[in-house]
Amino acid sequence: MVDTDIPSGAAAGTPGGPVGRRSAPVKASKRAWATAASGRTAALLVSPTLLVLTVVVLYPTVMAFKESLYGTKGLDPKTGFISDTEPFVGLQNYADIFGEAGDRFWNAFWNTTFFTVVTVGLETLIGVSMALIMHKAFSGRALIRASILIPWAVPTAISGLLWRWIFNSDGIANALIGRQVLWTTEGFHAKVAVIIAEVWKTSPFIGLLVLAGLQVIPKEVYEAARLDGAGPLAQFWRITLPLVKPALLVAVLFRCLDALRMFDLPYLLIGAQKNSVETLSMLAQNEASNVRFGPAAAYAVLLFLYVFLIALGFVRLLGTDLVGDVGGPKAKRKNKLRRTAVSGGAEASA
Amino acid sequence: MTATVKWRTWLLYLGVASVVAYCLAPFYWMLVSSLRSTSDIFDTSLLPTSVSFENYRAVFSPSQGFGRALLNSLIVSGTTTVLALLLATFTAYAMARLNFRFKRLILTLIIATSMFPVVSIVVPLLKLFTDIGWINTYQAMIVPSMSFVLPLAVWNLTTFFKQMPDELEEAAMIDGCTRGQAFRKVIIPIAAPGIFTTAIIAFIAAWNEFLIALSMTNRPSIQTAPVAISKFTGATQFDVPFGSQMAAGVLVTVPLVIMVLIFQRRIVAGLTAGAAK
Repeated sequence: MVDTDIPSGAAAGTPGGPVGRRSAPVKASKRAWATAASGRTAALLVSPTLLVLTVVVLYPTVMAFKESLYGTKGLDPKTGFISDTEPFVGLQNYADIFGEAGDRFWNAFWNTTFFTVVTVGLETLIGVSMALIMHKAFSGRALIRASILIPWAVPTAISGLLWRWIFNSDGIANALIGRQVLWTTEGFHAKVAVIIAEVWKTSPFIGLLVLAGLQVIPKEVYEAARLDGAGPLAQFWRITLPLVKPALLVAVLFRCLDALRMFDLPYLLIGAQKNSVETLSMLAQNEASNVRFGPAAAYAVLLFLYVFLIALGFVRLLGTDLVGDVGGPKAKRKNKLRRTAVSGGAEASA
Repeated sequence: MTATVKWRTWLLYLGVASVVAYCLAPFYWMLVSSLRSTSDIFDTSLLPTSVSFENYRAVFSPSQGFGRALLNSLIVSGTTTVLALLLATFTAYAMARLNFRFKRLILTLIIATSMFPVVSIVVPLLKLFTDIGWINTYQAMIVPSMSFVLPLAVWNLTTFFKQMPDELEEAAMIDGCTRGQAFRKVIIPIAAPGIFTTAIIAFIAAWNEFLIALSMTNRPSIQTAPVAISKFTGATQFDVPFGSQMAAGVLVTVPLVIMVLIFQRRIVAGLTAGAAK
């Protein structure tokens, strides 16, 4: 089934041009031919990864759920004996969060939510601005790309310590604003400190992803808009933003899921068991390190469900898969939708 | 007309300068602070008044055990990277080249696992590892780290393999190679830069890990560098040794920064893989 012209395409080595056009039918016929035999090969190649992920992710997750149904070792209130094993308590650990003991959970829940919303919002603003500057800048692009990777490369734990030094009562932050703020003590300023540090570290990531999205927008679109008399602002709102939206949404999704599990930064910048900054990850880790595995597991499961729901919501919003595979029926439907949306928009503006 | 163009160019330069300053200023402050002596550590001048390597000497004083921590970090993140890459290369090849049922579902699942909150894996594993006596071992840090490094590697490599033209292996297979041989002799050498980039990104992810390393260890001799630095002790209990923390921070970050500077183009390509279609 393979035509003789394929080696010439391979010899050319570079994709695009005539090779790109020719490869489409070859691909289609190869698919039909490959399926039966490649199924077994694929199973062989994929199963080790699946096995490892089952052991390190799936099994612990199931175990966390089971663990969350058990209480802590210690005095059994009914019998008065000290039990060596953890008693089965059913959904008690979950019910507890609605009782008096739940205050710490809800505080952590709102902290997590607050940090996620505020940091991702700020990061999006700063990241998009960075991407626009990088996209326009021709001189100094290498410098900017190198420097933008620095915050990303600094370990979060180190950045936590660095910002604790910056926000020290005698540190540079107070020297710059000319006031004495005790940033790392309990209070709203502690939240601000965490947000500033987090935004610094992660905005460049959004900037990079958005820049990648900007670079695939064809120049002709802007030229056409300019001919039609669209100013820079109109160009941004009507062309740049809609076209860069898929890349931006993916970036925002990643950042949201990452912010929801925030741990290192508040833990090192402010400290453990501080109400103002305790996140769900910190709460679960703290309970687990105090051998209260039952409640810890319950918090971990709830955080997992929270992350899962947000991810699900985003996938619905994106209307597509993140995998971006070889264009199944889903992708086609999406394209159609986009086309109708575009034509609808054109009609509306006309 | 030319005035506006000039004005715009200046504005752009200003934008570039502010982005660079934004990214580098805190890092620069870490560097400057690490070079101050203990007596002028609270100095807020932008240049160190007198360069002192006192903090760097303090970092390597035997009481901090920092050299050992660096070695631990290297062992944990190195092993994690090698294992993840070994598994991910095969899986990613299958994802990029073979057609099989549930491919999309499997790839989505693999990527989804990297979104899991690490703490929901750490809590049950902490209990398990306590029971089987794995606390304070390397494997107690390597195994959970695989949960986020492996999906990352699979995704990156899948994108790299997809970018390579199909014709490469087809030509090799026409010339009589089996698929396995084509993979080993044609794909791997050509994909080497992509594999290398993935290795760097995976290594950085594993190197920067904190929560697992913190939870799974309590003995200083097994702690990784980030955990060790966070537990540095000063002259007194209440004296936070900022100087040596900054110096150690510089030492931990500089290898990454150098890698990033050398391979910036590739790393950016790897990080944005899959995001922009």
